[in-house]
Amino acid sequence: MALRTEEMLLNVGPQHPSTHGVFRLVVKVDGERITEAIPVVGYLHRGTEKLAEDLSFTQIIPYTDRLDYLSSMLNNYALVQAVEQLMGIEVPERAEYLRVIVMELNRVASHLVWWGTAILDLGATSPFIFAFRDRESIVALLNEISGARLTYNYMRVGGVKWDAPEGWIERVKKFITVMRKHLKEYHQLVTGNEIFLARVKNLGVYDAKTAIAFGQSGPVLRGSNVKFDIRKNQPYSIYDRFEFEVPTGETGDVFDRYMVRMKEIEQSLNILEQATEQFPEEGEIQAKVPRVLRAPQGEVYTRMETSKGELGVHLVTKGKSDKPYRLHLRRPSFINLQILPKILLGRSMADIPAILGAVDIVLGEVDA
Amino acid sequence: MFGILEQDFSWLNLLIMISVAVAVMGVVLLFVVYAIYFERKIVGWIQLRRGPNRVGPWGLFQTVADVLKLLIKEDVVPTKVDRLLFLIAPIIAYTPSFAIIAVIPYTESLYFADVNVGLLYYGALSSITITGIMLGGWASNNKYAIMGGMRSVAQMVSYEVPLIMSFLGVVLMTGSLNMREIVQAQQDGVWFIFPQFLGFIIFLIAGNAELNRTPFDLPEAENELVAGYFVEYSGFRFAFFMLTEYVYMFAMASLMTVLFFGGWDAPFGLDFIPGIVWFFLKFLMLVFWLFWIRATFPRVRTDQLMGFAWKVLIPLALFNVMLTALLHTLGIYSGVN
Repeated sequence: MALRTEEMLLNVGPQHPSTHGVFRLVVKVDGERITEAIPVVGYLHRGTEKLAEDLSFTQIIPYTDRLDYLSSMLNNYALVQAVEQLMGIEVPERAEYLRVIVMELNRVASHLVWWGTAILDLGATSPFIFAFRDRESIVALLNEISGARLTYNYMRVGGVKWDAPEGWIERVKKFITVMRKHLKEYHQLVTGNEIFLARVKNLGVYDAKTAIAFGQSGPVLRGSNVKFDIRKNQPYSIYDRFEFEVPTGETGDVFDRYMVRMKEIEQSLNILEQATEQFPEEGEIQAKVPRVLRAPQGEVYTRMETSKGELGVHLVTKGKSDKPYRLHLRRPSFINLQILPKILLGRSMADIPAILGAVDIVLGEVDA
Repeated sequence: MFGILEQDFSWLNLLIMISVAVAVMGVVLLFVVYAIYFERKIVGWIQLRRGPNRVGPWGLFQTVADVLKLLIKEDVVPTKVDRLLFLIAPIIAYTPSFAIIAVIPYTESLYFADVNVGLLYYGALSSITITGIMLGGWASNNKYAIMGGMRSVAQMVSYEVPLIMSFLGVVLMTGSLNMREIVQAQQDGVWFIFPQFLGFIIFLIAGNAELNRTPFDLPEAENELVAGYFVEYSGFRFAFFMLTEYVYMFAMASLMTVLFFGGWDAPFGLDFIPGIVWFFLKFLMLVFWLFWIRATFPRVRTDQLMGFAWKVLIPLALFNVMLTALLHTLGIYSGVN
């Protein structure tokens, strides 16, 4: 005899410990099995794109800090890159190196936060603290160079705001060694754990075709065995000067996305090592730009690889103006999470944090 | 204790019994308060933190302050709950956890009830708690609470089977369900952790699951179910559920000490140290082990949890019982009888 069961509509979020912010997921569950999942976004919408139309280019930079607040340096770069391309500004070499160093540091920090929280979602509490210990060193370094711990507002059109303080590069080098050692410990603590493997293997699987069809980018795309990293495929800044690999996964499950991110931390450390080695002793950190930045009429789309994926900036200017006519941001978190209804279907309630954690969304970026 | 249960009824005896019960409760509550403190300290050290260190010297009064805060909180009963069940659920969950403490012998002479079916009593009474948890989840009229309640019922019912079967081996070897006799059997021979190693491992795992602790803390899985069955509870009623959990930890660690580590039996002939100290040391070691596990492992998933109980633990426990019976019949494992 078939047991009569009842479907239950469950609101996961917007206030929920594992949605990483004000994300809401409306799920229909049959017992513990999910029969439907609809993501609802917009609780943190601040209208960044519209606000930008009333701001000069330099004034927009602090707004980009608040998009993906875990990797503000990378967002800063996305905007200044677009403006520089539109205005045709050459950035001094020393500034480019500083940018790469802070961006890669920030990428490691972002991945560390992801690592800690994703494992925390699986119920292990210690990795979270360990990850935040190392993130703390990065935040301290970035604080030293930019004066802020989270919203750095560090980059400017044509360069960076502050030069590296004395001994800063040495401290970054020291951090790389420490981080490499800790990374090994992290693998020991989590990667080999049977319970962890049982939780994440063959979970939330999608192949390369699906990933591309859903417009995925970043680690979630590379986890499905697509070797695509904008730093490699369409190098911007000075990324063509560094040797690094683009790690990919095999099956496209949560574990692969996990491994891709962990390997990316290693690769970022490699880039950091080379960048700190090649770092020019002398040089300008800011190109000569007019006091009021007036961009010529035009339209530009630039993209870059953030810790979440492809962050694109579509910038349109009308007339010779110091403000954008229209600014659109292609936010990777927002696009990456669209695959959720598909991969959550038929899984159990307990898989929600595991799958959602592996997508790595930051709500500031999703809702912009 | 003092053979009061065997004597005729008198008011004095009743008074002694009540005061002893209150004293035990005091000891257990003191343990709970400091177990929570040590848990936070130990997990803190493992996680490179300091743990509580603000209230009192070395934060010793932190838990006291926490409990006090829970006590003076407003007693909230949400409107849509099943009022009666909501109110009695924490009590149903708590009472058996305390009642099982009575049968645990701490030393040769320090025990509260010398029950001949002590182990059976332990197993039977501890099952009642499940009812309280299920009622709490059901009465809360909350979707997360219901899922938490259902999970915990499924989990505790499943893990009770291997738990009880794992100490059947010990019972077979001693031929007694009386905990004192079990310890005495170990005093004469070896601690049962050696001949009953498989049983001990099963007990460790099933016991951990029975306690609803990481990696088996699904009923209160914060990350998917917010808080599980007690999501609607606050103040003192919430404290009751917490107490239940920690009192069970006390009981489970004591039971493990008695069954597998020889209770108050001193190892290596170190008899000059009193038995109660040995009991306490062994007990603390097991409690520490529980904390350690909690700080290390992630949580398993519901279906994996059930699969593990029914496909791995129960067959293993059955095998252990058969093996013990066989060896006992052949005369290799001979206990006191």
